[in-house]
Amino acid sequence: MHQGDHNWRGYVFVAPATIYLGLFAFFPMLFAAWMALHRWHLLKENHEFIGLGNFLALAQDPFFRNAIANTLVYVAASVPLGVITSLAVALLVAQPLRGVGLFRTLFYIPAVASQVAISMVWIWILLPEVGLLNSALSWVGFDGSRNYLAEPGWAMAALVAMSLWIGLGPRMVIFLAGLQNIPEQLYEAAAIDGATGWQRFRHITLPMLAPTTLFVVVTTTIAAFQLFTPVYMMTRGGPRRTTDVVLYHIYREAWQKFEVGTASAMSYVLFAMILLVALVQFRIMRRSMQEGAAA
Amino acid sequence: MSRPWRTILVYAALVTIAVTTVIPLVWMVFTSLHPPMAQIPTMRTLFTPDGWHFENYHYVLTFGELPIARFALNSFIVTTGVVLFQLTLCSLAAFAFSRLNWRGRDTLFFVFLLTMMIPGQVLVVPLFTFVQKLGWLDTYWGLIVPYAYLSTAFGTFLLRQFFNSIPRSLDEAARLDGCSDWGIFWHVILPSSKPALATLAAFGFIWTWTDFYWAMLATSSTEMRTLEVGLSVFKDAYGGMRWPLQMTAAVIVLTPVLIVFLAMQRFFVRGMVLSGLKG
Repeated sequence: MHQGDHNWRGYVFVAPATIYLGLFAFFPMLFAAWMALHRWHLLKENHEFIGLGNFLALAQDPFFRNAIANTLVYVAASVPLGVITSLAVALLVAQPLRGVGLFRTLFYIPAVASQVAISMVWIWILLPEVGLLNSALSWVGFDGSRNYLAEPGWAMAALVAMSLWIGLGPRMVIFLAGLQNIPEQLYEAAAIDGATGWQRFRHITLPMLAPTTLFVVVTTTIAAFQLFTPVYMMTRGGPRRTTDVVLYHIYREAWQKFEVGTASAMSYVLFAMILLVALVQFRIMRRSMQEGAAA
Repeated sequence: MSRPWRTILVYAALVTIAVTTVIPLVWMVFTSLHPPMAQIPTMRTLFTPDGWHFENYHYVLTFGELPIARFALNSFIVTTGVVLFQLTLCSLAAFAFSRLNWRGRDTLFFVFLLTMMIPGQVLVVPLFTFVQKLGWLDTYWGLIVPYAYLSTAFGTFLLRQFFNSIPRSLDEAARLDGCSDWGIFWHVILPSSKPALATLAAFGFIWTWTDFYWAMLATSSTEMRTLEVGLSVFKDAYGGMRWPLQMTAAVIVLTPVLIVFLAMQRFFVRGMVLSGLKG
């Protein structure tokens, strides 16, 4: 077949997926925009058109702003920590050691386990007195009575810690693949030049790993913005709304208050935030890659 | 630092991390064997319960108000449905994107990729209304069909990457033998793509089996709940009590996922690499 020949059968093959995405991705997307422009209660027949009224109300809503602030705190803490820890672990399991494959498997397990079940275990880990963390702390002589999920600040810290643990495996595997793509000759050349381990990491591994890191950072960020199940299972947004993240807030707005118009507007704000942050990350990483290449 | 010391330190770090990822599972399994009404076990009592209560599993599996066996059947039906649905849609589309020339191909591929940027949460409210209008709430249709919205673009992308790596000379040879486009798809591309199809199936299985949000919204009757939702209902019903029974339920929910993961783990790694790095 010649390049540029038009084969109409392409449309036949692509039609099922295209129609499906149209119906179940693009149509709901537009429908959500339509709902966001209305005062729309799930159980009422009349939907009053209010233009950008929902968005304007959200800008004034202290609870929604609180939810955004909580989400940003969670993202700002869990993304850098998550990326750094999984890169460190990837460097460990990248070494040609006996049994290292077993460790890779074990590290991946939290990511495939059900988040509902995992959350139940974390409730136990964090229980005062009898929980794993507190019994370990009191065993080595520290205070073992703290109820982490009931104290503002600590509850968010617990959710961040849990995210590091759940996301470790997938991030590690992606980093590992990136590490294995770095040509061995670069390290050999650096060794001849007498580079130390840290210098090799700083000047070969990190720059060569930049595209991988970008991918990990962006996907981790997108996932962090969509935190839901652990909050639903462990804190219900508390204590004192300190873990009321945007998605949980949307959930309550839509499915407990049935205000789906407001909830759709909130979803769009969340979408815009994710898009914005992802774009900024792309920008920064691309610039630093270019600078790295120029240096 | 000398080499043996370095190796020992690396192993020490690996073992420490492995302990943190595995302890919760160990705790789950041992707690599930404690007497059903027992207090929450501490580190001291975890391995020394008042007898080993394997009957907890029988009790939970046959518990009348929360039919776990029925939840498991639902999870199985829904997951199988989603995986088959997704494999069909994605492989057909990926073939068109990888092997056929047609006007608008690159534009449409870009549009496919765009849907990956839409967070599922934006779609959930309208999807719910849509599914309600279709009369699919609390049915298998409502659980299966909307699920693939997240993974259709991902799956198409993944399979296209793989199809691109299959030598085109195979197509040409088949075409000379008189194969149609469909014949090439069915007899050349699909049989050469079993690892990629298995990867997509493995991802689809884990995602669907462990999904909570949509399964919770789309079902209302106890008979239609999936395992993941049933487990949260189970937790709420006991409100922080009867931990052994809660953990029995958790172990039952986790076991199938872990089996699939252990059996298919090399496909997970392959999928991560294919989707993440050659993009």
